[in-house]
Amino acid sequence: MSVQYHYIARRLHSLSGLIPVGVFLLVHLFINSFVLKGPEAYNQAVELLNSSAVTPWLEVFLIGIPIAYHGFYGLWVTYVSKTNMFRYQYFRNWMFYLQRITAVITLIFVLWHVYVLRIARIFTGTEMTYDIFHQWASNPNYFVIYIIGFLAAIFHFANGLWAFAFSWGITIGPESRKIWTYICVLIFVVLGIAGINILTAFK
Amino acid sequence: MKEVLLKIKRQDNPQTKPYWEEFKVPLTPKMNVISCLLEIQKNPVNVKGQQTTPIVWDCNCLEEVCGACTMIINGIARQACAALVENLTQPIVLQPLTKFPLVRDLMVDRIKMFENLKKIRAWVPIDGTYYLGPGPKVSQSVQEKVYPISTCMTCGCCMEACPYVNNKSNYMGPTAMAQVYLFNSHPTGAMEKEKRLDAITGDGGIADCGKALNCERVCPKEIPLVSIIGELNRQTTFRSFSRWLFK
Ligand code: SF4
Ligand code: SF4
Ligand code: FES
Repeated sequence: MSVQYHYIARRLHSLSGLIPVGVFLLVHLFINSFVLKGPEAYNQAVELLNSSAVTPWLEVFLIGIPIAYHGFYGLWVTYVSKTNMFRYQYFRNWMFYLQRITAVITLIFVLWHVYVLRIARIFTGTEMTYDIFHQWASNPNYFVIYIIGFLAAIFHFANGLWAFAFSWGITIGPESRKIWTYICVLIFVVLGIAGINILTAFK
Repeated sequence: MKEVLLKIKRQDNPQTKPYWEEFKVPLTPKMNVISCLLEIQKNPVNVKGQQTTPIVWDCNCLEEVCGACTMIINGIARQACAALVENLTQPIVLQPLTKFPLVRDLMVDRIKMFENLKKIRAWVPIDGTYYLGPGPKVSQSVQEKVYPISTCMTCGCCMEACPYVNNKSNYMGPTAMAQVYLFNSHPTGAMEKEKRLDAITGDGGIADCGKALNCERVCPKEIPLVSIIGELNRQTTFRSFSRWLFK
């Protein structure tokens, strides 16, 4: 009887990237998109979220723990690989490499992002309002960091969707893999445009 | 007279440091990398004019069937017997495979792949004490689909190109995955289908594949390794769920 833990850990890693972490990424973007209707709409949406007693629980169990698992187990998975994209210059081999690079960028970005905007708030007690983000986004350095962090995250998400479909045996043959590649590129472009618009709206 | 310039990575034994040595051999028509190595063997003198030891390498069939002569030629893992000098840029750079323990010079020990084949039970179980009669028929479409897999010569090109085959990871590699598919497709082999699927959901199994898809690109036998891994991914998904839900 073979030990299946390893298999399960890998598959959970793949699953957690989509559910709940990927879904959360979309919800997060959606909530932020209220800013496109103006600061008041955004403040109202955030207030609504924070007024629920369940929110902190969701933050820990549906977001925090899965992100920590996906992020730190993922670092291990990255560590045991041996990249060779310069020797074997194939498209997927480069995507494989970029998936790992964006993983590290996203992880650092998310840790910082969560610390300054969520954890520090517990100590200082400042509420998250449009004004605070406006200050952040108006600083060109932070704005650039945000753009980089955001693009890394959605690249990792879109390319991760491609990998997810293969890992779980959804896309199998070359044709389905190709079509799915196009769809994932489209998802990346659409989310990218949406996110940059949202970030700019905070400026 | 035209000459061929070769740059070879050499190592006297696994404990010593590797070093590079260059050789020039006379060009003859239709020469391949093995014939260059044979020329060096006749007269082991490097470009500096120093007498040296002949290169050690492995080869057998000389027609791209056994896989023994696999080495890294100008950066890519391939068979030396099928690498024609006229198609290669010079100097021709030869290195041993990096994913297997080195024996000497260009010779490595590829036993790891054979051990993996044992782990996944890459055979059709027909041992018995009495005559079992003729085996079941295999349909034409299945035959056509799996024939390419049966041509795998455990050369190790796919292992060399796979980012997850290395000494930090236990991944058995695409070679073993393809053979699971082959033996599960055989009606008698399929009697052990679950055992093989369980073997690749264990340590070093299919979940280690990082989806770089290099393996299929480098396989000299053009085995559709990626589609095979994809289909096994589906089967292991179902298998692991049913194992759990039927408990
Ligand atoms: S699958 Fe292809 S590359 Fe891999 S060992 Fe077999 S023949 Fe060689
Ligand atoms: S697709 Fe999987 S098995 Fe093939 S080279 Fe990539 S990681 Fe290795
Ligand atoms: S000697 Fe058999 S493949 Fe080259």
